[in-house]
Amino acid sequence: MRDAFVRVLTEIARADKNVMLLTGDLGFGVLTKFAEELPRQYLNVGVAEQNMTGVATGLALEGKTVFTYSIGNFPTLRCLEQIRNDVCYHNANVKIVSIGGGFCYGALGISHHATEDLAIMRALPNLTVVAPGDLTETALATKAIYATPGPCYLRLGRGGEPNVHLDHPAYAIGKGIPLFTEGDVALLSIGGILDNAIKARTILELQGIRTCVYSMHSLQPLDIDLIKCVSLSSKLIATIEEHSIVGGLGGAVAEVLAELSSPRPPLVRIGLTAGFSCVVGDQEYLREVYGLSPDAIANRVQDAMRRMHIS
Amino acid sequence: MLNHSIPEENQLDSNELALLIRKHTVLMTHRGKSSHIGSVLSMADIVAVLFRNILRKFPNDPCWPERDRFILSKGHAGAGIYAALAETGYFSIDLLEQHCRRGSKFCGHISHIGIPGVELSTGSLGHGLPVGAGMAYAGKLDNKFFRVFVLISDGECDEGSNWEAILFAAHHRLSNLIAIVDYNKIQSLASVEETLRLEPFAEKWRAFGWNVAEVDGHDHDALGICLDVTSVAGKAPTCIIAHTTKGKGVSFMENSVLWHYRSPQGEEFDAAMAELEITRDCESKMAD
Repeated sequence: MRDAFVRVLTEIARADKNVMLLTGDLGFGVLTKFAEELPRQYLNVGVAEQNMTGVATGLALEGKTVFTYSIGNFPTLRCLEQIRNDVCYHNANVKIVSIGGGFCYGALGISHHATEDLAIMRALPNLTVVAPGDLTETALATKAIYATPGPCYLRLGRGGEPNVHLDHPAYAIGKGIPLFTEGDVALLSIGGILDNAIKARTILELQGIRTCVYSMHSLQPLDIDLIKCVSLSSKLIATIEEHSIVGGLGGAVAEVLAELSSPRPPLVRIGLTAGFSCVVGDQEYLREVYGLSPDAIANRVQDAMRRMHIS
Repeated sequence: MLNHSIPEENQLDSNELALLIRKHTVLMTHRGKSSHIGSVLSMADIVAVLFRNILRKFPNDPCWPERDRFILSKGHAGAGIYAALAETGYFSIDLLEQHCRRGSKFCGHISHIGIPGVELSTGSLGHGLPVGAGMAYAGKLDNKFFRVFVLISDGECDEGSNWEAILFAAHHRLSNLIAIVDYNKIQSLASVEETLRLEPFAEKWRAFGWNVAEVDGHDHDALGICLDVTSVAGKAPTCIIAHTTKGKGVSFMENSVLWHYRSPQGEEFDAAMAELEITRDCESKMAD
């Protein structure tokens, strides 16, 4: 995802000299080409995320389209108030990009686990929040946030993610992408866990459970129409995210369902329960430990169906 | 392009403007029952000299691309900037009455929304200098000649984000960036010396690579000379450490921690207004 983002951003920046890329001293080997080719549009501000975000706001207020780049919680939580007061309140054209959502940097410890960022960013006024599901969505999201004036947060994986989409799906911020639309169970997925959601669907289908999958890459604005539609056609909705179940996609979908006047299906929020990870390991390992492997997702869905007597 | 000229006879000199800022803000904090009068009185002379003699900006074209940018980073003293903007023609002086009152957009910490001439909303400390550094960087990149002035407080220098920006501005040789410290030596609960020592203060800025000048923050002539940083082609940003007196101009508010938060009411309000009246007669120019 990281490389797909940098590739598309480089194309954008080549064509638009007002685009700037700021990094908080991260992106070794990844940003080198951009820096060499477009030195006037590249700025390593050092290990100083508060200043990076303030400088980005100043540049944006002077007419630049500014991308701030770092990993994990550094471009978000470390400088949260700068994002709120400087970027969001001034509606500044700043695009915050975090590499390594969820457990991408699993072995590095809890400082590098970005597992509450979506919930916190989603609560900020004026901020568009997107977390693409694969490389194709990453490229489309990068173009989309560039074309969307105002503050955006782009939450990405790290590298090595498979491409889920075989073609170029219709992409719009605020609209979920349907991958499979026939079924009694709806899996709503956000971010790089999409591949596991699709694998979980395959397992469920083999068990005779017809399952749809939607990539809910846009958390703010949320595709409320899609959720309403799915609530009418599904017996069970499961949200899947490599993120806390508090306040992320699961929380957002729960808010929508809770206020529906029509009958609604039960919801299962699959994600991380409150608390810090007490172990480390690579991303795949931690996904297994915390119930986000394809098998674990499928099991959660089947358990819920049994418990709720859904057939 | 708009005609930016303002008839000379309509303009106040900086001493008159400073007095009006003080009078307006005593009234505003009285009516709005709001805090921070001491912080406004402390910076009133700096603001008056900037607005009257230094900043290249025009009230009839507040977004003029070549204007000097002015950021009040000590946003709690916003009342003083609202008063300066009103007195220099950005909006009607009558609007100052709304300060901190129900339904008003003139909030206690400076806000840009719906208020022409306010460059940046602040209120949480340590935000103005990084944003100003970004504006100055953009100015250099685009070969513009505007300057960016950021007024910060001494207590605000406790915030680490300032020191991130101080490193950044020196590294990138932002000679179009001027930080002014309103160094009144009193912060929210106690003196700077008791709370978190800044001295040797000028040496710190110098060691970070800034040009530093120290000035009496109530001496308009000296301020005028110091603040008129003309070179945007130089190699270092400038810090002006303005030595000031918190509460300056109202004797019982001077050098008092109390008036960081206290709102002038009753006899104290009458006494403050009386002191400002007798300091100099500007009654004819007050639109109160």
